[in-house]
Amino acid sequence: MVTDTEITVYHRPATLTDLGTHYCPGCTHGIAHRLVAEVIDEMGLRETTIGVASVGCSVFAYNYFDFDFVQAPHGRAPAMATGIKRVLSDRIVFTYQGDGDLASIGMGEIVAAAGRGENITVIFINNANYGMTGGQMAPTTLPGMKTTSSPNGRDVESQGYPIRTAELLATQEGAGYIVRRSLHDPKNIRLAKKAIRLAFETQVRGLGFSLVELLSSCPTNWGMDPVDALRWIEQNMIPYFPINDFKVHPVIASLRI
Amino acid sequence: MVKELLKGNIAIAEAAVRAGLQAYFGYPITPQTELLEYLSKRMPELGRTFVQAESELGAINMVYGAACTGVRVMSSSSSPGISLMMEGLSYIAGTELPVVLIDVMRGGPGLGNIAPSQQDYNQIVHGGGHGDYYPIVLAPANIQEAIDLTVLAFDLAEKYRSIVIVLLDGSLGQMMEPAELPPMQPLRESYPEWATRGAIGRERRIHTSIYLNPVEQEKTNLRILQRWQEVKKNEVRYKSYFLEDAEYVVIGFGTAGRVALSAVRAARAEGNKVGLLRPVTLAPFPAQQIEALAGSSKGILVVEMNSGQMLDDVMACVKGRTPVHFYGRPGGIVPLPDEVLVEIHRMTEKSGRLNGHPRDQWLERMVQHI
Repeated sequence: MVTDTEITVYHRPATLTDLGTHYCPGCTHGIAHRLVAEVIDEMGLRETTIGVASVGCSVFAYNYFDFDFVQAPHGRAPAMATGIKRVLSDRIVFTYQGDGDLASIGMGEIVAAAGRGENITVIFINNANYGMTGGQMAPTTLPGMKTTSSPNGRDVESQGYPIRTAELLATQEGAGYIVRRSLHDPKNIRLAKKAIRLAFETQVRGLGFSLVELLSSCPTNWGMDPVDALRWIEQNMIPYFPINDFKVHPVIASLRI
Repeated sequence: MVKELLKGNIAIAEAAVRAGLQAYFGYPITPQTELLEYLSKRMPELGRTFVQAESELGAINMVYGAACTGVRVMSSSSSPGISLMMEGLSYIAGTELPVVLIDVMRGGPGLGNIAPSQQDYNQIVHGGGHGDYYPIVLAPANIQEAIDLTVLAFDLAEKYRSIVIVLLDGSLGQMMEPAELPPMQPLRESYPEWATRGAIGRERRIHTSIYLNPVEQEKTNLRILQRWQEVKKNEVRYKSYFLEDAEYVVIGFGTAGRVALSAVRAARAEGNKVGLLRPVTLAPFPAQQIEALAGSSKGILVVEMNSGQMLDDVMACVKGRTPVHFYGRPGGIVPLPDEVLVEIHRMTEKSGRLNGHPRDQWLERMVQHI
């Protein structure tokens, strides 16, 4: 049926500021930001949410969200989020961290926060390298993957193995919701959004620590065009970092959203 | 209120509670651990926030987060733990947030020992974290002063949106003395206009220490320095003893100043016109007072429980106008009044210029201890 009036079916989330991002073309940070903003909008959390930005490409995440935000030292976002959440227990506190920040320099803080069952949400961007400093090896860099600090490819004999963060944190009793998703195609993006929603639902219900690991592309540092980079996630990252639910609190598992 | 027999660490903890402390984050380290232990019971029973962090890194960043919300927040540690907090302190300074930190110093460097020391003077007073920033540093010499300065620390932190560090040595943390605690203050009910507590009915607020545009960073640096000028103008505190007619002056802070006072009294009993200046604020430093003393005295003796850290600041004020002597016991040793009295005699008997730097001369005399 043809109508005379146009109906907006897709719009910018209210909590995503009207600002062009500084991210490289084809980078999936923009998608992750949008998904977080959509969830905050849908849950009506704009006035009660405080975000914690980390160090890395997403250091300026606070520019793109229209709610209170603070910016943490490298790796310390979970500790800073703890400080906020413990004095404002009725607010929604989340960190937005990359893999260098969370899984390398901040491994102590993230494991401790999960262990304490800190009632915060973590959006964890895994793009297998240090993006902001120009593509160095990260704890998530795949075996054999070339980076600017593993020019011959990551040699697991001397440089060790990639860390599977979600699996590691899911071993913690204090964790309420730990999953991995990917941003490489529309179907997976929809699944990622649902996971982000459930992570925030976990916090709203006070069910403990929640984390969504998002496999993300870094076309610039990977030396690929955006489409190839998305394919590379599917073909190379997912086999090592499987998309899965590693821990889901029964209350969340039974939730129908 | 009546005087009670109180242990330093406990007295500071309870003083902070009564000053309206809303959140404490810490990590065990000797000789400050009783402070954390006390608050682990006291804070929850008052419905206030206490978290034993995974490390001093965790603790100071929890403090950072809580400070963003505008609550009265504190941590405490001792020298090696304070070193770990330097990153967080620099960020807190760069974000211009009020935070109180208690440093109960021990011997070092490295793991050192758990004996009383003043080894953190340079790290605390002259930065330690990266960048140009200026914490207010308060140095008590007895338990009553530790209580009073802890309460003052919260007021100064909020007044100047500044880090305030109460700097004391392990002996003050561990010793018991009669002291009076302040009355319980009500917790704050309103929060500053900068606090990030959720954007309820208002535009968002952001706390960050990154200014990628150097012009903006420079503006921030200059604003912080301007605020520091106000602190220097308003907040210098010191105690003076027998200075009215003093020909010779001893300068020492905290326990070293307290020990020196016994030596000064003994020297007075001998008829020597010696006085004592004990800086209570190490930052802002009582520079004008020391400059004036440099002009009016025949010699100045600096006494510290380190290898001469405040000595450099005293010498910068004296500017060569009077001989400066130094006596220190680093490594966790508290000097005895008799040792300081010997140094006072050395100063009063050997007037005039010294050959070389006072630290070098002191080290020559210390050879017996090596």
